Amino acid sequence: MDQGSHQQPALRVYLRVWIWLFVLSVLSYLVDLSGLEGLPKWGLITLFMLLKAGLIVAFFMHMAWERLSIVYTVLVPPAVLLFLAALMALEADYTLTSRLGIFTN
Amino acid sequence: MANPHPGSPLSPEEISRPTPQAGMSGLVNDWAAERRVFDMPWGKTMMWLFILSDVFIFACFLVGYMVLRISTVEPWPDASEVFALTVAGQSIPLLLIAIMTFILISSSGTMALAVKYGYAKDRRRTAALLLITALLGAVFVGMQAFEWTILIGEGVRPWENPWGAAQFGAVFFLITGFHGTHVTIGVIFIVIMAVKVMRGSLEGSRPGFLTGRKGNYGMIESLGLYWHFVDLVWVFIFAFFYLW
Repeated sequence: MDQGSHQQPALRVYLRVWIWLFVLSVLSYLVDLSGLEGLPKWGLITLFMLLKAGLIVAFFMHMAWERLSIVYTVLVPPAVLLFLAALMALEADYTLTSRLGIFTN
Repeated sequence: MANPHPGSPLSPEEISRPTPQAGMSGLVNDWAAERRVFDMPWGKTMMWLFILSDVFIFACFLVGYMVLRISTVEPWPDASEVFALTVAGQSIPLLLIAIMTFILISSSGTMALAVKYGYAKDRRRTAALLLITALLGAVFVGMQAFEWTILIGEGVRPWENPWGAAQFGAVFFLITGFHGTHVTIGVIFIVIMAVKVMRGSLEGSRPGFLTGRKGNYGMIESLGLYWHFVDLVWVFIFAFFYLW
């Protein structure tokens, strides 16, 4: 994009991002309507979600024009949340196995 | 890569600052030089750090939701059916949620334009766009209240619901409630900011009544960051809670 410029991003940049956000929202809604199941459904939902998040952060929140020092400060720490989510998924799976094995039947 | 959003008037420090380098060497230079690390108004840096902390709060809620949903032995209620609306005798899944999503995205667009016209010192357009943003935000909260009313009427409580896993209600009220609170606070601040823009407080560097900070158009950008963040959180809630 217009990196290095001291201007505000052009109006059409915002309008284009806006339209893409609408399109991606419609697409993720269509995934729900289409009755897809399993991996294709989750994969598409996650893909559209990440694309929307990326557009909002990069253009509406101006990250595409910021210096790396703030970009890394904001974007690197949330990466550890993926680690938390992975640990908790393992833990939850163990809880489910225990419940099924010990408390039901 | 230079900061294109001059929020406050140049301080002596900013005038003497060497032309910033781009890329990795710029990153090292920003952290190693004996001056402020972030080349932006302090209010914007603080807003980014606040957003970072809020990311962790919402992430903990969503991870908690994941744990409950994985570990429950009861079937999880099907969101497509729970949040379906009946229009003209036809049940349309997630209709209300889809409309709410479009409203919030629209408000994010008008907010981004408000920031842009703010820096262009176009007071009339900035104020109008801020008021539209606030209105859309208020409509969103109103629709959320409507949704809560429907679900409570159907017997959803934080400890039980008619369709399956009891944890559904607790997760629903906590996550959408916390997000709705963020939207409400955002609407209040956007209305305050619109008033400031209309009476020219930002151009006149008039001190605010609460903090005494002198007005400048960088404030709209910081407020915009908050509002886009609220939209961002909804993107994740929409995907994980309603569509998953």
